Amino acid sequence: MPEKNPIVTFKDIEKVYRGGNVAIEHVNLTINQGDFVCFIGRSGSGKTTAMRMINRMLEPSGGVILYNGEDIHKTDAVKLRRQIGYVIQNIGLMPHMTIYENITLVPKLLKWPEEKRRKKAEELIKLVELPEDFLERYPSELSGGQQQRVGVIRALAADQDLILMDEPFGALDPITRESLQELVKHLQEKLGKTVVFVTHDMDEALKLATQIVVMDSGHVIQNATPSEILQHPANSFVEELIGEDRLMQARADVTTVSEIMLKNPVSITPGRSLVEAIRLMRKRRVDTLLVTDDDNYLKGYIDIETLDKSYRHATSVSDILNTKIFYVVDDTLLRDTVDRILKRGLKYVPVVDHAGKLRGIVTRAAIVDMVYDTIWGDSDAEEGAPGLENTENKDNPTKSDSASSSKEV
Amino acid sequence: MIDFLNQHGSELVTKTWEQLYISGIALALGITIAVPLGVILTRFGKTAKVVIGIASMLQTVPSLALLALMIPIFGIGKIPAIIALFIYSLLPILRNTYIGMEDVDPILKDSAKGMGMTPLQSVLKVEIPMAIPVIMAGIRLSAVYVIAWATLASYIGAGGLGDLIFNGLNLFQPDLIIGGTIPVTLLALLADYLLGRLEKWLTPVSLRS
Ligand SMILES: Nc1ncnc2c1ncn2[C@@H]1O[C@H](COP(=O)(O)OP(=O)(O)OP(=O)(O)O)[C@@H](O)[C@H]1O
Ligand SMILES: [Mg+2]
Repeated sequence: MPEKNPIVTFKDIEKVYRGGNVAIEHVNLTINQGDFVCFIGRSGSGKTTAMRMINRMLEPSGGVILYNGEDIHKTDAVKLRRQIGYVIQNIGLMPHMTIYENITLVPKLLKWPEEKRRKKAEELIKLVELPEDFLERYPSELSGGQQQRVGVIRALAADQDLILMDEPFGALDPITRESLQELVKHLQEKLGKTVVFVTHDMDEALKLATQIVVMDSGHVIQNATPSEILQHPANSFVEELIGEDRLMQARADVTTVSEIMLKNPVSITPGRSLVEAIRLMRKRRVDTLLVTDDDNYLKGYIDIETLDKSYRHATSVSDILNTKIFYVVDDTLLRDTVDRILKRGLKYVPVVDHAGKLRGIVTRAAIVDMVYDTIWGDSDAEEGAPGLENTENKDNPTKSDSASSSKEV
Repeated sequence: MIDFLNQHGSELVTKTWEQLYISGIALALGITIAVPLGVILTRFGKTAKVVIGIASMLQTVPSLALLALMIPIFGIGKIPAIIALFIYSLLPILRNTYIGMEDVDPILKDSAKGMGMTPLQSVLKVEIPMAIPVIMAGIRLSAVYVIAWATLASYIGAGGLGDLIFNGLNLFQPDLIIGGTIPVTLLALLADYLLGRLEKWLTPVSLRS
């Protein structure tokens, strides 16, 4: 964790455009060194306005903005802008300058010697994996995605600590977009840059941000880490912005199995007769019964198929008891088990407490209701499913993380 | 033809030179004033309309009348002629500079400012290079006008090829008229061509079509 030094502070900032259009109202905000802050909100919510006040492209109508502790209103705007990298909403490469000239524009303004500029440009172009001879090209000779890359590195060329980016990856295909997202994330994490990033794509914000600032009609609705936002959206607006799918996923991240289980599973004790068993099945319209002993410890299950095959020579439930049963412990996080349950194709899974007593069942329907969408999402496949490929191996006690237990009883 | 050249050859050279000299100075003055003025005007939205309006009005004053108006103020000779032609040269250059500058993509101006260019740097390094083709078109247009109208300057004693033409008219000598007109046309064409080359040279590589 880098130490938390505020790099930008908004103190009661207000912005009223000519004509009385209030774009920002009473915004207080702290951006710490090394943070990746995403401003998110609908079109017109004031994201760009808020961002452009940081490098004095706009002057607030009220309030104070501090940059490294200094009131920016008292600093030279031109100098300030040369210290802060800025990627505008439309890239804005200079069409009449070569890529080299574009990248080294600010260093040139700062009067860096030619050698140093050349070195910097070569270093940066490598960083975004473009061939060095692109430096001599003009922006019109580059694809949109390549131009975006140049736009990003141009904002870094003078070793700026703070970089402002206004929807920099707006119109890109998903693959290019992803590689650029990785690039900026890398810059922030590895080079310790502070990034302020405007987007209206929640996925992008959740992926990149260490701090998300949700804006709506000029107000900051919520300012929190991605996981806080997901788990405790400030209001319905934020929820809506996050979207149903992600909320489900987020809930899966904190919900325990016991919270979604049904508490009255159909069970039977081993001593009962098969006739009783089949009656119970019929009555409750199920094709399997969980078997518990008198103290409610889970013993196994019986199903209609075995019952049908063996009712002639078997009489009691214990005769056809199947002890190979997959179950989960009640305080397990849903996200750690859900994929296994689904992978096995089980219609339901018994839930037991740590002692092994039957507490309830989680039905496939309940899971599907909640997290079906997210199970196949990529992020979950990485972190939510350790040992996914092993799930068929019920008998290997070493495989699983402690959170989820599947074993034989 | 040979006869004509024998008879009027040296006169032709002097007059052509005068024509060129008068127009050249007028145009140079026009560029020196109108380009910066056009640039400055882009910073003053409303004033710009007024100034360009005035320049347009001046443009509509008949050229002979304008020349005649010069006499009471500046007398006769080359100076009043140059001033009159300079006034004519202003409008196309001014208007094109203004339009060219205004037409520079606001995103680029924003980008320049955002990277920490001073307003002057933005004008010199971004806006003017981007506006060069339009500005140059105005200059070329002015050059052709000025060279053609410089012919009339002979009325107020400024010399130039107009002397040949008007002599020809007065003395009913068509060869003098033609001998004066052709060099004017050639001068105009040549100036346009050379300025075209200059335009190409000034235009940033990537903006050349
Ligand atoms: N120059 C301006 N003059 C007047 N009003 C403006 C100006 N710029 C923006 N606004 C208004 O201020 C509000 C906030 O605009 P802003 O550009 O900050 O929105 P945004 O959140 O960046 O939107 P988007 O996602 O569309 O870029 C909007 O209502 C907009 O119409
Ligand atoms: Mg915006």
